[in-house]
Amino acid sequence: MYVIVVGGGQVGLHLTKRLLQGGREALLIEKDPSAASALRLQLGDVIMTGDGCEAQVQGSAGFQRAEVVVAVTGDDEDNLVICQMASETWGVGRTVARVNDPSHLWLFRELGVSSCVSATDVLYNLIEQEISVGTVIPLAALRMGNIEVVEATLTSRSPSVGQLVRELDIPPKSNIVWLLRGDEGMVVDGDTRLQEGDLVVALVPTDREEALRNVL
Amino acid sequence: MQVLIFGCGRTGAALARMMARRGHGVTILEKDPQNLARLGDDHGCTTVVGDGLDDEVLRSAGIESCDAFVTCTRGDNTNLMAAQIAQKRYNVNMVCAKVNDPQRAHEYNKIGVFCIVPNLLTAGMMRCWLTSEEYAPIDTLNQLEDGAV
Repeated sequence: MYVIVVGGGQVGLHLTKRLLQGGREALLIEKDPSAASALRLQLGDVIMTGDGCEAQVQGSAGFQRAEVVVAVTGDDEDNLVICQMASETWGVGRTVARVNDPSHLWLFRELGVSSCVSATDVLYNLIEQEISVGTVIPLAALRMGNIEVVEATLTSRSPSVGQLVRELDIPPKSNIVWLLRGDEGMVVDGDTRLQEGDLVVALVPTDREEALRNVL
Repeated sequence: MQVLIFGCGRTGAALARMMARRGHGVTILEKDPQNLARLGDDHGCTTVVGDGLDDEVLRSAGIESCDAFVTCTRGDNTNLMAAQIAQKRYNVNMVCAKVNDPQRAHEYNKIGVFCIVPNLLTAGMMRCWLTSEEYAPIDTLNQLEDGAV
């Protein structure tokens, strides 16, 4: 499999390295001559100096026989044109683009780029997942907002996993009332042993929500 | 007609003045506020400072209500991307991009992005002048086969 990478920044460099280690035939195109010669010291003659957006450069790089073209420059407009030229002009089957501004993702998809990666989106989603797992999410407020119905999903890091409910140091005037395990819901009592993955629903006074979170 | 122009270089500024003088509504969008000086005095255009690849900026410049979008920054790829945003996202009726690389313009003309290639037009007109022919129409001049070496 022949893979052409355009853009010799950190992403382009390490991607090309990995591809070569994996036994792929790979070529890295970099526009800036001094950056290209620095890359050549590391990777040898798989580096080509030139503007990867230009048809002539694409032709001599062998776009016509590439199975995958990857555009990872720092500019979305360049990445878009590289991928479009690859598929429209050279008939490359798979194009992969780094999308720097996530608001441009839809355009890349709309215009037929096979795979688009937005580091911003990936990182954001990771952070969001990290926050929602193991966090107590308020579902509803009762009694003028003094009592809350909250839910929490137990993870491997939750201190309550493996414990009986009556062994937990649940804050006063609070109670775990119900849980969902797999597809099955059950009423919780003191003899319920909590497991990883359980989604528990609890009643808690608003000012003790933090204490309950620490217990779970 | 309401025209939105992205890029206040020599081409964009000249086009903006021409259209405004003919009574059309013109908004010109430019990244670098200093370049807006090219418009001169009493240009009669609305100016917006910002990046024409940014949705918020495009909307504040009125892309949703314009009849035509012309992108003539110095970057071919910027122009090609901006033109496709105008076509695909905002369904602008008339869209035109200035593209200096004849090969790239040729490819994009094929997939429905109208590109004008300044150097081909200039060369073609010079050729007409040299051979004492009438100036050929834009579609003829704008073609790779005729203009390119």
